[in-house]
Parts: sequence; C-alpha cells; structure tokens
Amino acid sequence: MSAANATNPQGREADAQRGEAERSSIEPGALHGIRVIELASEKCAWAGKLLADMGADVILVEPPGGDAARNYGPFLGDEPGADRSLYWWHHHTSKRGIVLDLATEPGRTALRKLAASADVVLESEAPGALAAGGLDYADLARLKPGLIHCAITPFGRSGPRKDELATDLTVLAAGGPAWMNGYDDHSLPPVRGLGNQGWAVGCHYGVMSILTAILYRAVSGEGQFIDVSSHAAANVTTEAGSYCWLVAKQTMQRLTGRHASQTPTLGSQMKCADGRYVNTGVPPRKPAEFASLLGWLRSLGLEAKFPEAVFLQLGAERASIDLSKIGQDDEITAIFGAGREAMNLIASRVTAYEFFTGAQRAGLAVGVIFSPEEAYEDPHFKARGFQVEVHHPEFGRSFRYPGAPYAMQKGAWRISRRAPRLGEHTEEVLRELAE
Amino acid sequence: MPTALGHLRICDFTGQLAGAGATKWLAAFGAEVIRIEDPVTHGLWDILRPMPPFVDERRGPDFGAGFNNHNVEKLGITLNLRTERAREILAEIVKRSDVVSENFAKGVLERWGFGYEQLKQLKPDIIYVSNCGFGQVGPYSDWKTWGPIVQAISGVTHLSGHPGREPAGWGYSYMDHTGGMYMAMAILLALVHRQRTGEGQWVDMSCTDAGLSLTGTALLDYTVNGRPSRREGSPDSNHSASPEMAPHGIYPSRGEDEWIGIACRNDGEWQKLAAKIGASESANSDWVRDVRFASLAGRIAGQDALDAQLASFTRAHEKFALARELQAAGVPAAAVARPQERIDQDENTAAWGLWPTVTHSKMGRVRVDGLPAHLSKTDWKIERGGPCLGEHTELVLNRVLGMSADDVAKLRAEGVV
Repeated sequence: MSAANATNPQGREADAQRGEAERSSIEPGALHGIRVIELASEKCAWAGKLLADMGADVILVEPPGGDAARNYGPFLGDEPGADRSLYWWHHHTSKRGIVLDLATEPGRTALRKLAASADVVLESEAPGALAAGGLDYADLARLKPGLIHCAITPFGRSGPRKDELATDLTVLAAGGPAWMNGYDDHSLPPVRGLGNQGWAVGCHYGVMSILTAILYRAVSGEGQFIDVSSHAAANVTTEAGSYCWLVAKQTMQRLTGRHASQTPTLGSQMKCADGRYVNTGVPPRKPAEFASLLGWLRSLGLEAKFPEAVFLQLGAERASIDLSKIGQDDEITAIFGAGREAMNLIASRVTAYEFFTGAQRAGLAVGVIFSPEEAYEDPHFKARGFQVEVHHPEFGRSFRYPGAPYAMQKGAWRISRRAPRLGEHTEEVLRELAE
Repeated sequence: MPTALGHLRICDFTGQLAGAGATKWLAAFGAEVIRIEDPVTHGLWDILRPMPPFVDERRGPDFGAGFNNHNVEKLGITLNLRTERAREILAEIVKRSDVVSENFAKGVLERWGFGYEQLKQLKPDIIYVSNCGFGQVGPYSDWKTWGPIVQAISGVTHLSGHPGREPAGWGYSYMDHTGGMYMAMAILLALVHRQRTGEGQWVDMSCTDAGLSLTGTALLDYTVNGRPSRREGSPDSNHSASPEMAPHGIYPSRGEDEWIGIACRNDGEWQKLAAKIGASESANSDWVRDVRFASLAGRIAGQDALDAQLASFTRAHEKFALARELQAAGVPAAAVARPQERIDQDENTAAWGLWPTVTHSKMGRVRVDGLPAHLSKTDWKIERGGPCLGEHTELVLNRVLGMSADDVAKLRAEGVV
C-alpha cells in the first residue's frame, strides 16, 4: 500500500485499480492470529465470514456429507453440487473447511483438540446438544483457558422458547420485523425483508460480542461464554416499532416502502417515467431546500403544471420552518405538503436514475431503488473498490464478489480464499494439530 | 461484574441511529462514551433529540424518547466549536481518547479542524471512524442519505416484497440499525488491530456498502450466472429460494390483520403439517393429499395454489394457538407478533431482560431496547438514560481535564460550553 493510502481514504480509488499481485502482499487483517472454530450452520455462517474476511483463521467444521447449506441454491450454472452453491460461496469466504463426525468419539476428540488451539468457538447448535457430547463451553474452557465461546441460537440458550423450531422467516415473524414491513393494503400479508436477515442480525451481534470479548481478554486474560438470541436481535432492531410501544404504547402499522406509522403517512415511493421506483426521501424541510426544489422544478419546465409552487416560494422565503407546527399552522402544513407533492410530480416525469441524481444535485436526499446488480455496476461502488475478484483454482478462473462492508486502511478486510470445498482442509488442519 | 470496555474512552460525535446505535453498544459494555454536542443549536443536529414519542406532555431537546433509546449510558457535553477555546478543549479530550466517532456528512469534522490528519497529530494512535451513507470516497460521497435511501440504493428494498408489486422494502430504518452495527464492528476491529500493532487509523464506513454486502447471494447469481435480480417475479421475499422451502410464507389467521409464519424445511415437516391439517375439523382438507404436493419440486411449482389452500386452513385459527400446535407437531411456525405481543407478552424477551428501564434525568424511568447478547463475565449494563443537552459538561471537564466547577462556570459565561 502506498504511504498516502495508509492515511487517506482518497488513496483507495487508485488502489482499487491495482492488480491481484499487489493486493496479495497486503498486510494481515485486523484479526490476524485469532483462530475461530465454527460449527457449520446457516445461523452463524455470516458471523464466521465477517471474522474470516478480517484475517481470523476460521476453521469450519462440517459433518460427513457436508453442511445442509451446500445444497442451497442458486448454483453455479444452475447445476446442484456440494461445491457449487453460490449461497455457500458467499457465506464461507476466507475459511478453511474440515469434516469431523461429532457423533463419534474420535470426532469429538479432534474437536476438543481444535478448541484447545483456538481463541473462539462459534456455533449455533440446539441448546443442550454440545453439552451432551461433552463439547460445551464448560468442557472446552477447561482445555483452553481464555476461550471465548459464542452461541448464536434462534431464541437464546436458556429462555422458555429455546427449543422452538425456527427458520429465518419464523424468527422475523416472532421478533417484530415482519409486522413492520409490507403494503398500505393490509389484506396483503406482511413481508419478510430479503432472505436471511433474521440470521444476519444475530450474526452481527455475535461478531460485536466476540470482538468485545477479545478486547476484554487482552486486559484480563479471561475468556467467556456469549449467548446471542436471533429473536432478541430482531426485537431490538425495529427502530420506532419497539420504542413507540415501550414509551407511549403506540403500535406502528406497515406502509408501502416507508416507515410504519401509527397513522398512515403520505407515500414516499414513486414510480418514475421509466417504470422504476425511487424513494422520495425526507421531504424538504429547510428554506434553502424549498428554494432548490423550486429551482429544480423550473429547470424541468414543470412550475406551470404545479399550482402549489407558490407554497414552495413561501417556504423558500421564510427565515425558518417549525416542523412541529405541521397540522396546526395552515401555511407550514401547506408548505410541507407542497414539497412532498412537487417531488412526486417530478418523479413521474423523469427516469428513476435522473430523479436520484437531479434531486441529490439539488441537495435533496432521495434514493433510486436499485436492484443489487445495478448498485454493484454503478460507478460509485466501483470507485469504492466494492467489486473484488476471488480466484477459484478448481476452475482456473476468478469470479466477481461483493466487497468490504467497511474500508479499514490498516488490517483491512480481504477475501483471502474462496469458500472451502467439502473436506478440503481436513488433512492439513489435523496435521497442524499433530505437530 | 467487571466491564469489558471500561478501559476505553470514545470522543463521540455520532447521532441519529446509524451512528448513535454503534456507540450505544460500547457504552453498555462500559466504555466512557462522551457525546459532544453544539450548545448553539441545542444539539438538534441529532434530529431525534426533540422527536416523538414522548413520555408525557413535555417537549424539547431533552424529551425525545428515540434519542434516549439510542444514547443510554453515554455522557453528554456541549462545546461551541466556533470558539477557539472550545477547539482547544476538544483537542485535549482527543489526546485522552481511544476513538473519535462521527456520522456527519463527509468533511464536516475536517472543516472544524479535526480531520484525521489533525486528530493523528493530537493522538498518534487515534482510531477515527467516520460513517456516512455513501462513504468518504466515490462519486456520490457528497450526497445525502437516511435509512430508507440507503436501503433503496443498496438493493435491500428491491428484494423485499410480493411478486407483481412494487417493492415493500422495510418499514423502518433497517440499515440505520445495521449501519450502526457495522460501525461498532469497525471500531472494535480497529481497536483489536491497535492492540496487536500499536497503530491507529481512519476507517471509512459507508452504510450503502454494508447494505449491498447483505445481498451477496443475489449478487453472485448475477456475477456468476448472469441472472439479474431485476426480473419477472421479483421481489418474492416471503417465499424461500435459498434454500428452497414450500410451503413457506406468512398466512392469515383468525382476526383482523393477524398472521402466522410457517416454513417447511423438508418433506418430513410438510408431511407433519399435512397430517395436522388432515386431522383438523376443516371442511375441506383433501387438498393436502394432492399428489402435486408430495415432493418439494411439486410444492414449489404449485406454490400459489399451496399458499391459497394453506391460508384457507390457517384463517380459521388463532395465531398463537396454531403456532404452538404446529411446533408440537414438529413444524417451524411463529405468530407474527405485534409490538405489544413481543414486548409485554412474550415470555422469552421477558426472561432475557430485553427491555431494561433506565433513569433519565428529566423523563424519569423509561423502558428502552436492551441488547440481544449476554456475556457471561462482562455483560452489558443499561441503567442510565440518554444525556440531556450538556448534562455532563462539568463532570467530564473535571474528570478528564481536571477543571474546577469555577472553570466550567467561566466557560459557560463565555459561551464556550
């Protein structure tokens, strides 16, 4: 890395264009030297990936025949196969993979040895399952003082619902997010946000917990057990959905493409002239924003088609606009409403991308609703180096993967290898343990 | 109980949820998080300060309950950074801090004279984490976002909804919560890196990058197989293609706007569900023996018909009772919980201690979101409410810089704090 890049995010633009050879010589990640033993499960896979891409030596333990998620589509070329799942590829980058049969004593012995060599154990086994095999925190911590053991389970290790069968959907249904998402039309079922965020949220808290425990271990020498509940994670991740009930016993109600609210609000998701959608964002609130909105409306030749433009002018001319007076002060109410309506009118006349860029240039926070691939190919994400190449030696070629969730300048995020093929590192890891 | 992060001091400019959520975690684990706010604008850069909901009729920057929720266990001081003296005080605080965190628009802190280069001169191993919607680099980095816009840009809105309809997206700022989590991870990762190497750094955290990374399986289907997510039939997020499951969805239950989530992960769970329906007193349950539904491929192909039939069954049942019966039969199911049901009536969130009550200096006792992880030796503590504007100015300037009450009174008279 260049000296400039070491201290300045601007240096990354050039860096993103450099070749694989140089990138492979990058310094080790922030978690270099931390070994994680991950028992394969869809419930904790994302946490393992986040740690592995930061340089931890994550050893993924699968049962004979492989983890079930190897059979999750989509597949390379739409052909199923243990090493062809793109779900697997995405969730297990930078890890090594081994096969152990934990139903047998030799398998359990090997896992104990692995844990004794590790800093962190990460797992999502059913409550009680590891203890039955003598593999729970109490057992493993005896072998490795300072061990950090993180269990990410649907309802936590000890609560009354701990034994419920759960999927991502049922966790999001029970935990609150599903109630918040959907359409103005309440005859339509509530919506599960895009796949597997119920597991992802538990994993985010799992990683935060593990990192917190690593920092504590450095000052105390002590490890500990971490109990993460995906259901609890969903519960405290619904913004006003929770705190409006906690504080004021208000129930938020789902609305199309915008914040759930106790009473319906004006729509903020608009279909543009090209049939694509935008989120019209926060309506203008400050005098300068009304001025720039009026300017944008004029530049598109739409002022004559919008009689309420007079309220935009009024908004632009005021010294300040007290939003708490909406609904009480007629003029402020009209100004605020005209701002929202002007945005909607413009959206109906231009393409979604033009609306996004036009509004942002006018200083208004709006968003185009991109599909993931549209964002991925967008110049902004390319300039940030979000497209990364990951080599697959078995095919003699590389594939493009999503990049870093945070741009660290030192100890940076990096996919160090593609996801392990079934049993790929069993011999290598067991040999290391024997040494 | 010892604290995990009690040895750390965070000089914190974050606000809203995407930033404040990150430092809430650190404060709950014992870090000394010092919120720095502007006395001239009454801290209203954080728009949640005066926003509803409220505990009573009182209004103003100290009464927004959302702000309180995101800022528990933090200290709050005011510094008028337009004055030279306040900038000197900030510099002294930075020298004694481990982390500087902010989620302003790009460049704001630098314009105040506290960009990374300046921070590093004050404290060579400082960790500076900036968090904004489009990050510090790239063509959109000067543009503005909030949660729903981050969600729109990063694909997570597009993928959420029912087929043949516009996206439903998320009914809350999922990416403010999640952006805050990635910001917390970035801070913690940089601290671990500093511990090993002695180096500080500037982390450029962009919420849209974090959001896009969550769509990775769909992205690989595009980069590897050339299949875009913008296609006929998408979004379809109540169904499950990865892995394939059917039935899988949210179905109506008895009552107005009541729903239950049901997911059969394999043929065995489907057979258990079918047996349950077959044994019920439903007028018509012959459909469960439809040969089309015997295999997963058949259930996927006939999913719309399957959903309609299953809905006709579930509609007659109370959601919690049905969920219990299906669980007992070995089928994953859960009622779609309303806020009241999951907060006041769920035995699991109660047993977890998920809704702690804090004491706020003006609001009194207020319930807030707790944390979904318990650490056996250094668990979180959420007892003190979010700081009123400038509530801890004197305390912090005394504790961190050794100033006396008189010193602070003088600063206050001069408009510095």
